Amino acid sequence: MTTEGYNFAYLDEGTKRMIRRALLKAVAVPGHQVPFGSREMPLPYGWGTGGIQVTASVVGPDDVLKVIDQGADDTTNAVSIRRFFARVAPGLRTTERTAEATIIQTRHRIPETPLREGQVMVYQVPQPEPLFKLEPRRAETKRLHALADYGLMQVKLYEDIARHGRVGSSYDHPVMVGGRYLMAPSPIPSFDNPKMHLSPALQLFGAGRERRLYAVPPYTEVRSLDFDDHPFVPLRASGSCALCGADHTYLDEMVTDDRGGRLFVCSDTDYCGERQEQQAAERAA
Amino acid sequence: MSDWVLKAEGLSKGFTLHLQGGVRIPVLRDAGLVVAPGECVALSGPSGAGKSTLMRLLQGNYGADEGAILICRADGSVADLATASPREVNGLRRDTIGHVSQFLRVIPRVPALEVVAAPLLARGVARELALARAQALLRRLNLPDRLHALPPATFSGGEQQRVNLARGFVADFPLVLLDEPTASLDAANREVVIALIGEAKARGAALVGIFHDLDVRGRVADRVVEVLPLREAA
Amino acid sequence: MMADDEPILSARGLSLSFGAVRALDEVSIDLWPGEVLAIVGESGSGKSTLLRALAGEMRPDAGRVTYRDASGEALEVHAMGEPALRRLARTEWGFVRQDARDGLRMGVSAGGNVGERLMAVGARHYGDIRTEAERWLERVEISPSRIDDRPGQFSGGMRQRLQIARTLVTRPRLVFMDEPTGGLDVSVQARLLDLIRGLVSDLGIAVVLVTHDIAAARLLAHRLVVMRHGRVVEEGLTDRVLDDPRHPYTQLLVSSVLAA
Repeated sequence: MTTEGYNFAYLDEGTKRMIRRALLKAVAVPGHQVPFGSREMPLPYGWGTGGIQVTASVVGPDDVLKVIDQGADDTTNAVSIRRFFARVAPGLRTTERTAEATIIQTRHRIPETPLREGQVMVYQVPQPEPLFKLEPRRAETKRLHALADYGLMQVKLYEDIARHGRVGSSYDHPVMVGGRYLMAPSPIPSFDNPKMHLSPALQLFGAGRERRLYAVPPYTEVRSLDFDDHPFVPLRASGSCALCGADHTYLDEMVTDDRGGRLFVCSDTDYCGERQEQQAAERAA
Repeated sequence: MSDWVLKAEGLSKGFTLHLQGGVRIPVLRDAGLVVAPGECVALSGPSGAGKSTLMRLLQGNYGADEGAILICRADGSVADLATASPREVNGLRRDTIGHVSQFLRVIPRVPALEVVAAPLLARGVARELALARAQALLRRLNLPDRLHALPPATFSGGEQQRVNLARGFVADFPLVLLDEPTASLDAANREVVIALIGEAKARGAALVGIFHDLDVRGRVADRVVEVLPLREAA
Repeated sequence: MMADDEPILSARGLSLSFGAVRALDEVSIDLWPGEVLAIVGESGSGKSTLLRALAGEMRPDAGRVTYRDASGEALEVHAMGEPALRRLARTEWGFVRQDARDGLRMGVSAGGNVGERLMAVGARHYGDIRTEAERWLERVEISPSRIDDRPGQFSGGMRQRLQIARTLVTRPRLVFMDEPTGGLDVSVQARLLDLIRGLVSDLGIAVVLVTHDIAAARLLAHRLVVMRHGRVVEEGLTDRVLDDPRHPYTQLLVSSVLAA
């Protein structure tokens, strides 16, 4: 693929400006969904078109980009998006290291390595409306947000407890941002929700098909919804990583044979790899 | 205290039947009635003469075309039932006018004891006290205890009438209206009603009644007021 | 004792036209605290439109509606703005719809339906919400064992009772009811009416009840308003309007009912 004839980072400057303007508004009103004119991208909806447009609008030639899908840098979706930007954004470096990255585009995870100031998280969002399943009418959900009328969301949590005995979903668990707006954190595991709270990084969310952007500025309060007597608990499989031994990370389950054998490994491949390297170095020393 | 509890003056009442070409049926013209505290007045007259219409006017169930129905409340204030607002009428019915009709308007699923205690509860009497007084009165009227917790819908006529009587006498209304209160009672219960009326008079209540039983009427009424058909009265 | 010398709800000169049809024509009514007011009339008389105008759901062309809130402040219903109106609708007011499906969340369990208003006013203790929901299910004669069932599994009468529990759980001061017994079997109606009567008088709620059922009006209402062609043709004490009707239309309405 040649990049000739394409603007830096694929989108034309007019589109970028439009998206940046929407992002500024989103940052100014944390958790509030801002509509934007989503463009056709060279990949189908559901593959991160919203995230790609956000990344394309904020990325510069000096940036270092990391892309993860389900916590891994080497899955098809992550690899193709990283390769896409490497081609259309001359000068841009890519990395798999969280600490090195200036922009991290993600689907389904927040890295285990704590984020720092100056980093930008870009979330790919399939459904930006946290009330979507409860109230399908867009006009009505907008009104509920405007009035901060979120009793309905609490009803859903009530139903979860009544049905499953515990609060909330294992992923995309709704959060209150800055004490004002109810927000869908995108399909990250609820395990990652606390990482959003007072994060030093800027967090941007893009939903391409739904044409919505929203944001959580650095050091913003992000609270997971719960009940006094059923407090929110970030869920993880009990066990430790078979590769690095971590007992505090989010784990993926791997089936090892057809006789029920299975083991757990870190979902964050970069974090796991770093730990293994470190452990090898310590052994060598 | 006023020297009357009820003073009705210049009462006229007729009905315009719009569904029958607007025919007008006059029933009462310039009727009047004064009842003193402790007095029981019996209305008499041929059927159709307007006794029941007068009773309904005194109860606020019918609206008067002309005239005044002055009622002295327990606190000495006077209301005119003929011009009172619906809220005032409801207030008078709660605090001042007791009524024993011929037939019990049955409220589904409400037990007899509750039906009787309702006037006390409406006045804010504590529930236990209200139920206790209701029970005592029902026992006095010989309504078996096993019936107290049942809705009166399935009761016999006499049983329903006793529930109705208890409801009318359970609270100390300054004015009590009685529409054939002993019609379906046996001799023993008739005696209880006569005693209840006597006690009401003794505490200073004014009573107006239609009594078809002349023996009862003779024993309770201090005065008999004739209500005549309009042609004869005119 | 509440200050019941002032109306809780007052409407003055309400008019509303749909094209050439005058749905409301200079309608004025008052409702006092703890009072049940029934609005009767045939379909098309404007009674449901009046209810919606009173509840702020429909804006009249002319006239105004004033609500006196729990703190005694007089609020203009059609001037207060949507946020304030919604707050009112989920705190001091309630609305019981004819079709329970319009008043319930069909995808949410009975407990969630009853709990919603509690949560909307800030309840955040699951156990307490559930206990209160169970208490209210019992109060409307639904077995608490059905608390996790959805309304779709309930009969019509049960659904309507559930809607009443959901509405009354936060003890509103004023409840609007639009044909609450409409579309139910007669035996089911009687039970529901009796339940409403008991709850309303126990809780001292003011009610505006729209119904074409004269018997329901007689059982529940302190006062009656008869509407025809968008106008109030007669109003007054319930039993007086029904037993001594003056207006030709009221006489027709009463005479067409068997021993109400």
